[in-house]
Amino acid sequence: MKTFKHIYKDAKNKIHGIAAAPGIVIGKVYLFTKEKLEISDGEVTNFEEAKRNLEEALKQSKKELTKVFSIAREKMDETRAAIFEAQMMILDDPILLKAFEERIEREKKQPEYVVFDEITKYQDIMRHSKEPYIKERAHDIDDIKNRIIRNLQKKRWQSKIAADAIVVSDMLTPADTLLLSRSNVKGFVTDHGGLTSHAAIISRSLNIPAVVGTHDITKHVKEDDTIIVDGFHGYVLINPTKEQTEFFTKKFQHLVELQKGLEEFKDKPALTKDGREILLYANVDVSGEIDIVVTSGANGIGLYRTEQILEELSEFPTEEEQVKIYSNLSSRIYPNTLTIRAFDIGGDKFKLLEIYEANPFLGLRGIRLLLENPTLFKTQIRAVLKASNNKNIRFMLPMVSTIMEIKRAKEIIEECKDELKKENHSFDKHFMIGIMVEVPAAAVMTKELSKEVDFLSIGTNDLIQYLMAVDRGNDLVSDLYQEFSPAVIRTIYHIITQAKESKKEISFCGEMAADTLAIPLLVGLGVTSLSMSPSTIPYAKRIIRYLNYAHTKQLAKDCLSCSTEVEVIHLIEKFFKEHSITRTRQII
Amino acid sequence: MIEKIVKIKNKAGLHTRPAATIVKLASKYKCEFFIAKDGLNINGKSIIGVMTLAAETGSELILTFEGEDEQLASDEITDFFNRGFDEP
Repeated sequence: MKTFKHIYKDAKNKIHGIAAAPGIVIGKVYLFTKEKLEISDGEVTNFEEAKRNLEEALKQSKKELTKVFSIAREKMDETRAAIFEAQMMILDDPILLKAFEERIEREKKQPEYVVFDEITKYQDIMRHSKEPYIKERAHDIDDIKNRIIRNLQKKRWQSKIAADAIVVSDMLTPADTLLLSRSNVKGFVTDHGGLTSHAAIISRSLNIPAVVGTHDITKHVKEDDTIIVDGFHGYVLINPTKEQTEFFTKKFQHLVELQKGLEEFKDKPALTKDGREILLYANVDVSGEIDIVVTSGANGIGLYRTEQILEELSEFPTEEEQVKIYSNLSSRIYPNTLTIRAFDIGGDKFKLLEIYEANPFLGLRGIRLLLENPTLFKTQIRAVLKASNNKNIRFMLPMVSTIMEIKRAKEIIEECKDELKKENHSFDKHFMIGIMVEVPAAAVMTKELSKEVDFLSIGTNDLIQYLMAVDRGNDLVSDLYQEFSPAVIRTIYHIITQAKESKKEISFCGEMAADTLAIPLLVGLGVTSLSMSPSTIPYAKRIIRYLNYAHTKQLAKDCLSCSTEVEVIHLIEKFFKEHSITRTRQII
Repeated sequence: MIEKIVKIKNKAGLHTRPAATIVKLASKYKCEFFIAKDGLNINGKSIIGVMTLAAETGSELILTFEGEDEQLASDEITDFFNRGFDEP
């Protein structure tokens, strides 16, 4: 049987993007484009009628926004919901409304022109501001401006779309995504946006497959084209061939069956048949994802990637802002744990400084950058400590390669604790500190590093990349990014056994944890906790509940003596067959 | 007419939420209310106007109140600024 790899290798009609929400869907394209509004500045002859039209458009806009606002309050955090509240207030702004009326009467211009011109004046002031957040605001106000104008032109809001369509758009605003999600959209594909774009977050929370950041999908599809969206691998196939359609229809049906079966696992522990419990934690990118975490039946948050806050704010959050975010997450997940990873900046993530590095992945990133910028690091540590009063927060250091880095970080943490004591702030006295093991040097030295920390977490993405000396984003060599290379497996085994010798908790985060093929092997290697994207937790749970720890131990032993990746994969596939475990195939 | 000079005290500055609160407070009163900063004079009862003000922490604004209930309005709104918008 063909695999995804084969299908995509041969496909000429594929577009690659970022896999933002898992799932597979085949459907018709609904092109959601922001039509450029044609503004008429024609003369108004009947002033009363113009005034009535304006009133009506404002009323309709308010109705629409009230709906958006109520969904927003349900689904998003307060700060973002506040954007919509301000938009609603604009519709009641007495100064603005008076200006509209006066200008229509005085200039005898169409209301749509006056609305456009008057609001644009304010936006221009905002755009000229030195403050980036004010500039951003000008963009938010576009939404309200266009809404009033559209309603003046009596164009109905586009959200009434054919049921079961796949929305393809250049970019989706929060309001668009929320409203579209209410009309049975089957999938989202966008030109722009990353894992933390609104479309991505909302898709994940609603379990709608999504591929974002395709750059130019809107240029390649037409309304009513059939497309296949693969939210597991981040591919879109346009007007698929018969072979592709058959392949994905089968995958889709399989997935539907699987999802039906998954429901029942939600509240059950991930227990092997012989009673070994594997704790399943969620990886969280943005605080808005907390709702899915809570409903996914996760044992807690195993990795909160705080650098995403920078990405969202495009500036460093203040201590207070961070305290608020961390405290909120800590309370929501309580009594389960929240593992906060210190800003992992550098590499491909968030360019902080305009310093040219010939080799950023081997450069100033993770803990290295934090130790070079103690003020930034301390702000985060203080915020994490201040938020730790629920006693369920742990703090994790990224990209550690030497013991000295841990010692230095711990000194800084102690300094922060002393400061907070002097300032009479309370915090968790038994605050746990851990590290990511993702640099080969750290893997080799696990025993020694373990003595310095409370817990360790293996980050497979970087570990494999550094171990195999391969950039997985580079097509020329990405074949060498082998999750199942014996070198990788032996390294993981080494880390686990060494950490266990010092009785330190060892967990696993990174994409490999969510790979159903990897799970039996990882369990057999001795992993007791896995952290993955919340929507993949039920899949992992299902596999674990089919396993027998004793059998997986034997599998791990066999795999450890293999000399090629092919042999390892072969052994695992045989394992699934012999124990009649139906795999999620390579779906995830 | 009452004129008050206030300082932005909270860390985040005059962002959307306090802007909305200021407008809500101001709209309870009959008097005119203006906020001036860097030569820009904004009607304090207009949310879209207040939203154009980029007032980061530490910056100074001039508030003016004029009308029959100017004293009450000035007391309540100045107090809201002085409390740092009830934010850290």
